[in-house]
Amino acid sequence: MWSIYLSVTIQGVLTGLVYGLMALGLSVIFGVVRVVNFAHGEFAVVAMYATYVLFTAFRLDPLLALVPVAALFFLVGYALQTALINPFVGRPEHEQFILLVGVGIIIVNVLLIGFGPDARPVNLSYGFDSYEIGPLLVDKPRVLAAAAAIAVAAALFWFFRHTRTGAAIRACADNLVGAGVIGLNIKRLYALTFGLGLACVGAAGALLVTIADPAPALGPAYTLLAFVIVIIGGMGSMAGALVGGVLIGVSEALAGFLFAPSMKSMFSFALLIAVLVLRPQGLMGQRT
Amino acid sequence: MTALLSAANLSKRFRGLVAVDRVTFEVAAGEIFAVIGPNGAGKTTLFAMLAGALVPDDGTVTFTGARIDGLTPDAVCRRGIGRTFQIVRPFPGLSVEDNVLVGALLRRTDTRSARTHARAVLEALDLADKRAALASSLTLPDRKRLEVARALATDPKLLLLDEVMAGLRPTETDRMVAILKQLNRDTGITILLIEHVMRAVMALAGRVLVLHHGAAIAQGTPETVVRDPAVIASYLGAEAVG
Amino acid sequence: MSDLWRSVNARGRIVLALVLAVLLALPLVADRYVLSVLTLIFYFAYVGQAWNLMMGYAGQLSLGHALYVGLGGYVAALLWLDFGIGPWLGVFAAVAVAAGFGAAIGWLGFRFGIAGVYFALLTIAFAEFTRIGFDHLGVTGGAAGLFLPFEEKRMGEWWNLRGGQLLFYYLALALAAGAVLLVALIARSRLGYRLIAVREDETAARALGIDAFAVKMAAVVISSAMTAVGGVFYAFYYNNLFPSQVFEISRSIELILAPIVGGLGTVFGPVIGAFVLTPLGEVLIAVTARLGIDAPGVKAVFYGVILIVIIYAMPTGVWPRLAGWFGLRSRSP
Repeated sequence: MWSIYLSVTIQGVLTGLVYGLMALGLSVIFGVVRVVNFAHGEFAVVAMYATYVLFTAFRLDPLLALVPVAALFFLVGYALQTALINPFVGRPEHEQFILLVGVGIIIVNVLLIGFGPDARPVNLSYGFDSYEIGPLLVDKPRVLAAAAAIAVAAALFWFFRHTRTGAAIRACADNLVGAGVIGLNIKRLYALTFGLGLACVGAAGALLVTIADPAPALGPAYTLLAFVIVIIGGMGSMAGALVGGVLIGVSEALAGFLFAPSMKSMFSFALLIAVLVLRPQGLMGQRT
Repeated sequence: MTALLSAANLSKRFRGLVAVDRVTFEVAAGEIFAVIGPNGAGKTTLFAMLAGALVPDDGTVTFTGARIDGLTPDAVCRRGIGRTFQIVRPFPGLSVEDNVLVGALLRRTDTRSARTHARAVLEALDLADKRAALASSLTLPDRKRLEVARALATDPKLLLLDEVMAGLRPTETDRMVAILKQLNRDTGITILLIEHVMRAVMALAGRVLVLHHGAAIAQGTPETVVRDPAVIASYLGAEAVG
Repeated sequence: MSDLWRSVNARGRIVLALVLAVLLALPLVADRYVLSVLTLIFYFAYVGQAWNLMMGYAGQLSLGHALYVGLGGYVAALLWLDFGIGPWLGVFAAVAVAAGFGAAIGWLGFRFGIAGVYFALLTIAFAEFTRIGFDHLGVTGGAAGLFLPFEEKRMGEWWNLRGGQLLFYYLALALAAGAVLLVALIARSRLGYRLIAVREDETAARALGIDAFAVKMAAVVISSAMTAVGGVFYAFYYNNLFPSQVFEISRSIELILAPIVGGLGTVFGPVIGAFVLTPLGEVLIAVTARLGIDAPGVKAVFYGVILIVIIYAMPTGVWPRLAGWFGLRSRSP
């Protein structure tokens, strides 16, 4: 009996790691550029579709498609920040928010026009394979996706800890005035950060294809999911995003299993409200 | 003298640093009382405790006979204490008149009488000609007077001024001093001011409190305080004394 | 009230009177389609104005306002279906429930210092939670929805909001005009100035004796109550309610478009915004249909683009610009 619960929980952890990677992008962007990307999930869905296209056209496995998709999204993020978002950096919060809401609306509906409302299945050859570890049953695609997510996150951590540019970006997040004083090119670093954040989203999107079939309606749902994770884990905390992701992944898996799959988000939203009220800095964030 | 405002043994600590150390003083109704001292002496923290922005760790603040320490800033204002901010905070999107109107609306429920009162206050503060201008378009001296006007419009018994002369040129300082003196003469309003600008302190204050490292090191008339050796040593320097 | 009329300049008074006269007389010449579009415009002007009170005047960003539309609609619809209580009575219950939720959300937000983006997310969380909840609530019809049946013999019972396009046209017009009047009165009242003060600088406002918590709560409660009335209208006009449609976040976003485009924190902003956006949307759909393009998301893309353009170039909205051009500016906020 317990083995079923454990299997469900492990599935949740694996799914949660991919969610966490997506949320990581949001956390990085907010932590540094202080922009609240309300189109985050929509970008993830674009990445899903991009992966879908690469898969159907070139038989490219999503785990491999991750690289070009992430690279593409890096460029998109860089360009977006420079061209559209930069002027909004000092502006009132609600204006930034609305800007990205607009971007999100455009993305979702362009996808709707282009691909139609129905989900596009991505049928992987190993899609139904699973590993058997004793009494536990674990999906192979999820294990691979989770491993890839960890790898990408680790690469990002390494970048921020051990490169000069990474340190420069962290300086901007820590003390913007000081960063300017010592001559850091803030605009360029912001653009870089946005690019990195969206690259995470791109990678996560590619991996999400192994978990769900791309559909335009997923955009807003993933945006909310990313926010729930980031707030619970702590805005601006990279480790928090992953921890939050796992937490949400597990709670949704268990809620879906114990109640009804359609109710799984209810628990996440209730948790969000509780965190906002009781511990707004989340599990690992810093109190602003 | 029955004190309008009295602080007894006020103390505040920030993680081991004693910002205000058992400060005791009284302000009589109708007085102009100044608090001076070097940077870091605890003036701002003291001010915050009087205005309700900080809760004291120890000690009490009494106003018109009732305890006000621990009250929220808006409750303190409703009791009859108006305050200005060191870095002025006008409502940028509102006109000068509307800024003061907001203050006047504390004690008046209809906008019309509140507006009449606001205009009267603007007259007293020499801002009547700018009443239609947007607050964000004002120069610093005008903003400072707007800040005072707004607090004044709440009909306070006590006006707390936080370095209201900072950033003003000598002529502007004199103008502000003249306005405050006139106000005090005409309405009998009590004023407590935190100040660095000694020119203003000497011209305005009836009594002065000197803080250093959070503690009160001298209290008395400006002339007495300015000659106090401890005050000279810690703050003024021998040359500052005429 | 006469004060209010006097504060509008002469030109503005003429324009206002003319517009009202035209709108009142329009059903004599316009066809059903035009009236239905206008009804939609009035509806969005109304709920937009309700949201404007909270965001434009109190500065609290709510992205879950569809919650109040849904609650208002469901309460009134259920009272009608299960107890035969007409909407003119049901609206009181609808308002009470919605205002209760609004007060709860406001209390949580303001008491615990949840502001800005976090507050917006709080409102979204409540709306989403309720949406999913209603999907599973049997008594409200669940995901399959709630339907107000079409009863031929009841048509003409205006007190039960059973009627044709004309009834709803005038009702929506009355609601929109009423909302404009209400916000205009609030804006120049003590509450209005205090709301704006809190929005501009809460710390400075508190130093002037304003109980920021009470003021913000007033705004939230009035806003949610107003929106619930819109929900009652919605339920009896469209005669169907689905949780996935009524409480959805895209509905919440839809109703903030008009006030943002028109002008936040202004009395006429939401109305102008609705008059600009809705017809343009309809025209766009008509044009794409005529061109044979089957693109279900075109209107939304268009709205998204407009949103970005406005927030970029004219964040204070279209109305302040227009008012300046046409010399319609009146004194005070």
